[in-house]
Amino acid sequence: MIVTHQLTKKFGSLVAVDQVDLDVQAGDIYGFLGANGSGKTTTVRMLLGLVLATAGSIELFGQPIPARRHQVLPRVGALIEGPAWYGHLPGATNLSLFDASGPNAGRRSRRTRVDDALAQVGLSGVGRRPVKAYSLGMRQRLGLAGALLREPELLILDEPTNGLDPQGIHEIRDLLLGLNARGTTVFLSSHLLAEIEQLCTRVGVLDKGRLVLQEPLAALRAPTGRTIVRTADPDAAVRLLDGRVLGRQGDRLLIDGENPAQINALLVAAGVAVHELAAERLSLEQVILQRTSAGSDRVMAPTS
Amino acid sequence: MIAVELRKLTRRPRTWVTLLMLNLLPAVVAVLLAITNVGPRPGQGPAFLSAVLSNGSLFSVAALAIVLPLFLPVAVAVIAGDSVAGEAQAGTLRYLLVRPVGRTRLLVAKLVSVLAFVLLAVVSVSAVGFVLGTALLGNEPVTAQTSVISISGSLLSPSQIVVRILLAIGYVALSMLAVAAMAVLLSTFTDSPLSAALGALAFLIGSSLLLTLDAARSIQPYLPTRYWLSFIDLFRDPILWRNVERGVGIQLVYLAVLLGAAWANFSTKDITS
Repeated sequence: MIVTHQLTKKFGSLVAVDQVDLDVQAGDIYGFLGANGSGKTTTVRMLLGLVLATAGSIELFGQPIPARRHQVLPRVGALIEGPAWYGHLPGATNLSLFDASGPNAGRRSRRTRVDDALAQVGLSGVGRRPVKAYSLGMRQRLGLAGALLREPELLILDEPTNGLDPQGIHEIRDLLLGLNARGTTVFLSSHLLAEIEQLCTRVGVLDKGRLVLQEPLAALRAPTGRTIVRTADPDAAVRLLDGRVLGRQGDRLLIDGENPAQINALLVAAGVAVHELAAERLSLEQVILQRTSAGSDRVMAPTS
Repeated sequence: MIAVELRKLTRRPRTWVTLLMLNLLPAVVAVLLAITNVGPRPGQGPAFLSAVLSNGSLFSVAALAIVLPLFLPVAVAVIAGDSVAGEAQAGTLRYLLVRPVGRTRLLVAKLVSVLAFVLLAVVSVSAVGFVLGTALLGNEPVTAQTSVISISGSLLSPSQIVVRILLAIGYVALSMLAVAAMAVLLSTFTDSPLSAALGALAFLIGSSLLLTLDAARSIQPYLPTRYWLSFIDLFRDPILWRNVERGVGIQLVYLAVLLGAAWANFSTKDITS
């Protein structure tokens, strides 16, 4: 779906995106994570042909960007750095103008397409109000409606839940999962770990312009080979599991060993009550913190 | 895309407010002339005003001469300066380009919409001028018997007058297109419509200033505003073509160079707005 090879963008002497090799496959919900200023938006803009790469190549649907963007982009829906509309016009008029601007815009089916897109994002009852009277969340929904208007095979969404309340976020998540189930590939750029963790099947992490990680979420969150035990009698447990205890925090023990059932049997046989038992999995946050440096909006003087 | 741009232009309240304001000054002048019947002394004040007291149909041209030095360029610069920078500022530019609309195509559509505005402005000013002039000023019907007197003193028939008014409208529109081209060029450089409009006006003010400077005599024939008022020559008998022709040539050169630069910049620009 999306393949980049050594994609690089320099603004003057600043390297915004540095030799990034993205690989998004059909059917993925790909989470593109990165701190503010890590180069996410620049990458997204390059994928869409808005910013021209300094070096490297991009392919969407197997076709080179920006050379073949007129063939490729009609199959892509995008939300880039927040929605943007003509404030003095109603949402439906905005969508209809947007639809009429590009190719393959059948006039007869336009009305239906606009209504469908508005219904999908929960704005069908919004009426003739001008967009400038919309709330932040409504504008975001209208932005999504714009991305969905052409029934795209690939959605490239930059911070799609920005400005939405928890209920709205939940709705959008369901919407994206539903679209994905029907075959839409979703490329989701965000700095919100929770959003990516709940939604995505694959994750790419950008840090200071470099892609430091690109793996299926399931692999990242695979068991670490350690087990967490909470017990009423931690001292007895430590004695019993001598040498295998890697750490202790109150009644919480970290045990070397990937089989919780075996540890449980050992403890219970010795009469140590077990409150909680689980194979340790790192959260996405822990994985990412391990592999990235401090946020790139933190500007420190170089230490000598 | 051209149809979309024209819809955007007509659905924008600002377009109509600008046109209204543009017509206000000639209207005030017409009313004042009608009430006082005091025209400027020959050779002073805006062109044609002394002539319109006897026959109001020339007020359509006088109205153009009134708004040409400042009002019309301001209106055109504001609309044209908004063309690309306005979309960039609103953020809609990035969505148009990924819809996708080709950059050249978008620029052409913007130019057509600016052209439509220029024509609308020039035609509306002369039409309103004609209506006001005939209603308030010399209200004798223009027939073959009551011919209009040209600036040179001889008589012009109504059909000659109509042709000349149309030529004048075309000439003024062309002059304004060069202003529009400058504003569109700047509009592709900045994300601020205001900067683009003011930049284009600065260019005109600079040109007008150099026209008053004797030391700049050698470059004066090449300044964009040098032949702006030459459309007055269209109402001499016979028509004095020399300055009109030069004016058309200069404007076409400016138009080609400025639009070429706008295209070259916009088609290769990183869109970061």
